[in-house]
Amino acid sequence: MWTIVRKDLAIELRTGEMASSMFLLALLIIIVFAFTLEPERLIAPEFLAGLSWTTLLVAGTLALNRSFVLEREAGGLTALALAPIDRGSIYLGKAIGNFLLLLIAGLVLLPLIAILLGTRGLSPTWLLPVVVVLGVLGIAAIGTLCAAMASRTRAREVLLPILMFPLLAPLLIAATRTTAGALVGESASDLQSWLLMLGGFDIVFATAGWLSFDFLLDE
Amino acid sequence: MSESRRTWQDVILPWSTFVSMLAAIVMVFLLAPSERDQGIVQRIFYFHVNLAWMAFGGFALVAGTSIWFLRTGSRRADRLAHANAEVGMLFTTLVLVTGPIWARPIWGVWWTWDPRLTMTVVLWAIYAAYLMLRRLGGEDDTILRYAAVLGIVGSLDIPLLILAVRLWRGVHPAVMLSDDPDAGLKDPLMGWTLLVSGIALALLFTWLVSLRARLLAVDETVAAMHLEGARS
Amino acid sequence: MKGLYYLAAAYTAVWIAIFAYVMSIGRRARKLERELEEMRK
Repeated sequence: MWTIVRKDLAIELRTGEMASSMFLLALLIIIVFAFTLEPERLIAPEFLAGLSWTTLLVAGTLALNRSFVLEREAGGLTALALAPIDRGSIYLGKAIGNFLLLLIAGLVLLPLIAILLGTRGLSPTWLLPVVVVLGVLGIAAIGTLCAAMASRTRAREVLLPILMFPLLAPLLIAATRTTAGALVGESASDLQSWLLMLGGFDIVFATAGWLSFDFLLDE
Repeated sequence: MSESRRTWQDVILPWSTFVSMLAAIVMVFLLAPSERDQGIVQRIFYFHVNLAWMAFGGFALVAGTSIWFLRTGSRRADRLAHANAEVGMLFTTLVLVTGPIWARPIWGVWWTWDPRLTMTVVLWAIYAAYLMLRRLGGEDDTILRYAAVLGIVGSLDIPLLILAVRLWRGVHPAVMLSDDPDAGLKDPLMGWTLLVSGIALALLFTWLVSLRARLLAVDETVAAMHLEGARS
Repeated sequence: MKGLYYLAAAYTAVWIAIFAYVMSIGRRARKLERELEEMRK
């Protein structure tokens, strides 16, 4: 499993193309939002939270799309599937790789949005990075699973969001609400149910992904 | 196909669907009393609510048949999963169509983002995801397994969705819920109408699924014969 | 009586949708039957 993670990271570190395209895309989305919506309205914490997660999701889809395509084209997936490792570990390896990528994206994105759109009246707490981690975990878990499914089909780039977004709906609701709360200084006890839900979501879908990879990689 | 299954599909199911539908229509339009506040429009509720139940239940059926397929590899299970998803999608679409038609005269708006409506939209999207995966998956057999996994994962998602949406929008929103049963159902006859409509729609759902599944079976046979022909 | 129009609209939509679905199944079934006949010859 860790070999996969290391391999994917090595590819990424060498070319850096994924990170840079994600960053650029995210930046452009934020700029588009800034043009199309009133700047005064953009400071509301709910809006900043929503904007952040939307941008992260869209840019993240880019990364997720690629996570299996490279393998599939080079035939690497068949090799992996035949190898004597637990199929579930393939999933975990891929998912962790995606998770780290998305996490870095998120941690870069949040301050960026704060700078570009202003942070008047905000008092972010330590919960903010926690939410980002939990949320990104969920996106990585579901996203990796859906990417594996979509990569098998003809219209894989379109299919990935179609599969992912509806499944991520509860996660997005929870993540946005919690982020908004964390931005204005709501305490952990206030946000307790949301945090539990985020954690629950992560556990359920990471487990489901891990278990179902046995069925998915039978080439 | 066995004799008894043929009888069930060709005779019992369609006729009982027809009869129960007839009964439901009579009750909805003639026998049920008009609701005091909403008037005649309220009668949409009898179908709308049951359609919603079937829509959500339909996905549970997709999940169940998907599990059956993954465990046994039964092609019939896979066809049933596909059929259930299609009919479920049809019913969900109807919920989303009848809902606003009912809402407009009652609430004055076509749409709100209250918990139940939001849930239904996402359910629709999950059905769409499943059907899209099947459609774009091509002729490959492994896609069947992918779809089954999606069916199961989707059904895990739905309870989480319900939780999240409730927590987000509140269980008792300011605007009256479209299927709030308490205010209107004073007369027990209304309850009976609801029940009869429910039975009629459930039978309809089953009949449509059996039709669709049979078509899928014929489809597979023809495809197999094509393959045979190509080889010889 | 405006309510009547909405009521009619809702139930009409339901019937049309169901009919359309059943007929599309029927159409595809007939097409496949014909194909089957052709192949068996």
